[in-house]
Amino acid sequence: MRARHLLLAACAFLVACQREQRDLRTDPPVAEALGQVAVMPGGIGGRPAAIDRALGHPYQTNAYQLNQGKRLWDWFNCSGCHAAGGGASGPALTDGSWRYGPDMVSIFVSIRDGRPNGMPAFRGKLTDEQILQLSGYVQAMGAETASTAAPSRNDTMQARASENRAPAAAAFPKQVSR
Amino acid sequence: MAATSRLASCLPALLCAGCGGWQSALQPGGEQAGHLKVLIQLFTIVCGIVWLLVMLVLAAGLWRRHSGTPTGAAAERRSARLVGAATAASVLVIIGLTLASYVATHGLAAAGADPLVIRVRGSQWWWEVTYMDPSPDRTFLTANEIHVPVGRPIRVELAASDVIHSFWAPNLAGKQDLIPGRDNALSFTVDQPGLYREQCAEFCGLQHAHMAMLIVAEPAASFDAWRDGQIAEPPAPNDAEQAAGRLVFTGKACAACHTVRGTPAAGTLGPDLTHVGSRRTIAAGMLPTTRGSLAAWIADPQTIKPGNNMPMVPLTADELNALAAYLASLK
Amino acid sequence: MSPDSLPPDIRDTDLAPDVLEPELERTWRTPRGLIGALSTVDHKIIGRRYLVTAFIFLAMGGVLAMLMRLQLARPENRVLPPDLYDQVFTMHGANMMFLFAVPVMEAVAVYLVPLMVGTRNVAFPRLNAFSYWMYLAGGFTLWTAFALDMGPDVGWFAYVPLSGPEYGSGKRADIWAQMITFTEVSAMAVAVEIVVTVLKQRAPGMSLDRIPLFVWSMLVTSFLIIMAMPAIMVASTSLILDRLVGTHFFNPAEGGDVLLWQHLFWFFGHPEVYIVFLPAVGMVSTIIATFTRRPTFGYLALVMALIATGILAFGLWVHHMFATGLPRLGESFFTASSMSIAIPAGVQIFCWLATLWLGRPVYRTPLLFVLAFFVTFVIGGLTGVMVASVPLDTQVHDTYFVVAHFHYVLIGGAVFPLLGAIYYWYPKIVGRMMSERLGRWVVGLLAIGFNLTFFPMHLLGLHGMTRRVYTYQVEMGWGGLNLFVSLSAVLLACGFALFFFDAIRSSWIGEPAGDDPWGGPTLEWSTTSPPPPYNFRHIPIVRSGQPLWDDTETLTVAAGLRVDRRELVVSSVAEALPEAREASPANSIWPLWAAIASTVMLISSIFSPWAVVWGAVPIAVALIGWFWPKGTPEDEA
Repeated sequence: MRARHLLLAACAFLVACQREQRDLRTDPPVAEALGQVAVMPGGIGGRPAAIDRALGHPYQTNAYQLNQGKRLWDWFNCSGCHAAGGGASGPALTDGSWRYGPDMVSIFVSIRDGRPNGMPAFRGKLTDEQILQLSGYVQAMGAETASTAAPSRNDTMQARASENRAPAAAAFPKQVSR
Repeated sequence: MAATSRLASCLPALLCAGCGGWQSALQPGGEQAGHLKVLIQLFTIVCGIVWLLVMLVLAAGLWRRHSGTPTGAAAERRSARLVGAATAASVLVIIGLTLASYVATHGLAAAGADPLVIRVRGSQWWWEVTYMDPSPDRTFLTANEIHVPVGRPIRVELAASDVIHSFWAPNLAGKQDLIPGRDNALSFTVDQPGLYREQCAEFCGLQHAHMAMLIVAEPAASFDAWRDGQIAEPPAPNDAEQAAGRLVFTGKACAACHTVRGTPAAGTLGPDLTHVGSRRTIAAGMLPTTRGSLAAWIADPQTIKPGNNMPMVPLTADELNALAAYLASLK
Repeated sequence: MSPDSLPPDIRDTDLAPDVLEPELERTWRTPRGLIGALSTVDHKIIGRRYLVTAFIFLAMGGVLAMLMRLQLARPENRVLPPDLYDQVFTMHGANMMFLFAVPVMEAVAVYLVPLMVGTRNVAFPRLNAFSYWMYLAGGFTLWTAFALDMGPDVGWFAYVPLSGPEYGSGKRADIWAQMITFTEVSAMAVAVEIVVTVLKQRAPGMSLDRIPLFVWSMLVTSFLIIMAMPAIMVASTSLILDRLVGTHFFNPAEGGDVLLWQHLFWFFGHPEVYIVFLPAVGMVSTIIATFTRRPTFGYLALVMALIATGILAFGLWVHHMFATGLPRLGESFFTASSMSIAIPAGVQIFCWLATLWLGRPVYRTPLLFVLAFFVTFVIGGLTGVMVASVPLDTQVHDTYFVVAHFHYVLIGGAVFPLLGAIYYWYPKIVGRMMSERLGRWVVGLLAIGFNLTFFPMHLLGLHGMTRRVYTYQVEMGWGGLNLFVSLSAVLLACGFALFFFDAIRSSWIGEPAGDDPWGGPTLEWSTTSPPPPYNFRHIPIVRSGQPLWDDTETLTVAAGLRVDRRELVVSSVAEALPEAREASPANSIWPLWAAIASTVMLISSIFSPWAVVWGAVPIAVALIGWFWPKGTPEDEA
């Protein structure tokens, strides 16, 4: 009993460590491997790079990486089409419904290779790692349950709740969590 | 104890003999910093004298023969008078220093006519610099290095794009914060031509330690020449390697964040690189600008300046070489 | 006589001294065992815990300081990466200010104030127990977070926007902000107790002009805490709301203000300096009086200086913001007010000098600490005058000059007197003397090590070295001085290590101390060392400021308190005329439960705002348990 408690506590500790870690530099071989996603024909869904699993999916669970993704969202003017995530000329991203799939690989491919009807390809404009950071953030935008690692609002005008408040849940409260 | 601490004050003075002095409040290069140095000296001397007096009284009080100490009301009364006198004296000293401070503030506030206006915007962890001019085609953007003419008043307008930074060039003036949502300004004049260093003084995150820039003070003529050079577009590549480098720059991720005027590269997220080869340093005052340091920086920015916002863009060795050659040629 | 045979409402006048003491002991004691230890409300036990915990935090903060000096010893050093360095310097500042400096002063007060004013426990003893558990939980939270790579990395001042929702990713800044809540709740609880204890529980006859100076200083400090700490709690709560709920207190785009944070923070942050320094003023006054064998010169002037400092402390917070571009008229006002606080400080120094001059100094370790205090604190005070000037401050603000300045004030001005006070009161607390020989070494090492470490930092600052940099470039030419500073810091660390060694060693092989080893004048020396759970067999009656010196024969005492329950004397505020017998609460486990419930709520509220709602339930349960009328005598008084 005591051992199990200790084990649980240790797990909680490790999770916390990983969520808050700041890996500022990714080794070039790792960075290269991160881009090796296996995409299903049709460009929706697929298998993430093996290294992503080995690292513990940092681009979805690590606060620093998610925050970097949010910075890139602003810097690369994603709001130009997607507005604050609510959608404009581009589709909404915070409503919990996904045109090309909600998983990391689909979002990654959407950003890297672009999609029909206007989504530009960012291959060559962003590194694969940056695209992963952005993908993780975009996924957090549309999440129905907020993760504690998700970033909060920016110091700008706000049109919606921040990611750590899970705007998708507000939009579709009845929808079953994926 | 007093002797030890005097020793403590001598030793560092010896050790500091090697200090560079290009970022020092004690080696003013302009009028404002000169005033401030005088003020620092005045305060230091007055405070030093006060400290010595207190220590002398303390030492005398401890070393005097206490066996014959007069006790009783007379001694108490005399002490009360002395304490009262000492308090009155310290009130006078404080008033004097306060007035000196006001006078200095007044002197610093007097801005000269026809200032050169430079807008500085602080970002994590570099400086964007805009030279303002009444005619828009002579307004230009640069980064991480300021040139100023000697003798002409300079007005630096300060803004921040993310967190609070602080503009501090101790040889030229006191510091002033760059605060999101507020506009600040700093005025100074440079008397001595030379190279000064400015550094961010407000903690701004991971690379706060490496957020500096050089301030080059030069005679009006060479300043004007420099400015004309900066306004002009950079020279076209003059050999095959540089041309290849330019292709890499515009074709890879570089162009997404950086601008080189006269090319399709028009990113605004990172420093403007139009004349990067003419600047003395790269990476906000970190490395001297050489072809080698440019290549090293591009190849692995996160090792040189961990946490900065420049990604490690995968390039082949040839691409890296060509890119460094091209950037170094942007004089 | 067995307890059962005692009739109810038995008074101390009814019992012979040899029966009285065991009976009082039985009424006031802390039961053995874990439950007893966790539910005690004895101010001496809690004060001792506070002291030990605070000194452990001091040692841990010191280790962080040595890590920073290791990193800064050479230019472009890569011992600590920037991410870790930022956490280390933030932890050092937050730990030293919130977990050491303020709590340690309150610890001394919690232990000594009831003894010095001649009462049997603090007012609100259960609140006292609660405050310790909250403090412990806050410290534990901060250090656990640090161990998990989750330590705050935004500086102890946590300026927005860097600590705000956009730039402070993860939960690091929230940990900092919530740690503030813990420590401030505990600090305010202690402050309230001290104020009420001093104003209402003084021994009969201890009118306002007979209160020992240390007690005066703690009274002023406590008022400062009560008035300053709400500002920081408002600030840290707003920050958490901005980060977690998405409010816009500090968001300029939505009508918030970045500078609002700095105003709120420094409205607390500046009085904080005096919260740490004023108790030291009391300690210095006490030590000087005892070791010159005469009352401190200028009692009235010193008390007035304490109060003046306390009031002025709230009028100069803006001198931390001289570089933010505030209106010039406002800055001039704050220059004048910052300068003027040097005057009460000067009065204090002059009065102490007069005391030393008129008295016959006995050079024991506590007095040596006071002399070290003089040499260093006066430097710190004078550099304080320098940074009060707006133009001068724009050159030295946020440089190592300021680092040097406030370490001179905080270590020279507060830690040296504190260590002197530890050497002075250790025999009272432990019952054994600390080593005089080691004590002299400690003073020497600390005084020399401190000055060699921090004096060069003035020069580094004037030569352009900014604060909070994790490294600096070779060509800046700061390498030599920094290496010198780092080596001197080893000397300073040795001094502290020797102090800890002496304190631990003396607790079991120290020479046994009598009731009054120094011949001190104040009431705490009239009881045994360490004092019994009930402090005094009879409440003393005070007829002068130095009762043990002036009433040479025997102390007059008040009698008539009940023995079969905890009872103490409540007296009037000014004249300390006895007014009533008041019951003092008995031991209770509920403060611990309340602290645990509050901890659960506060920590969870970092992760979800709903925790405030469901977390309030256990707190309510604990508070109901705490205040449930049990029909015990103390509820009927």
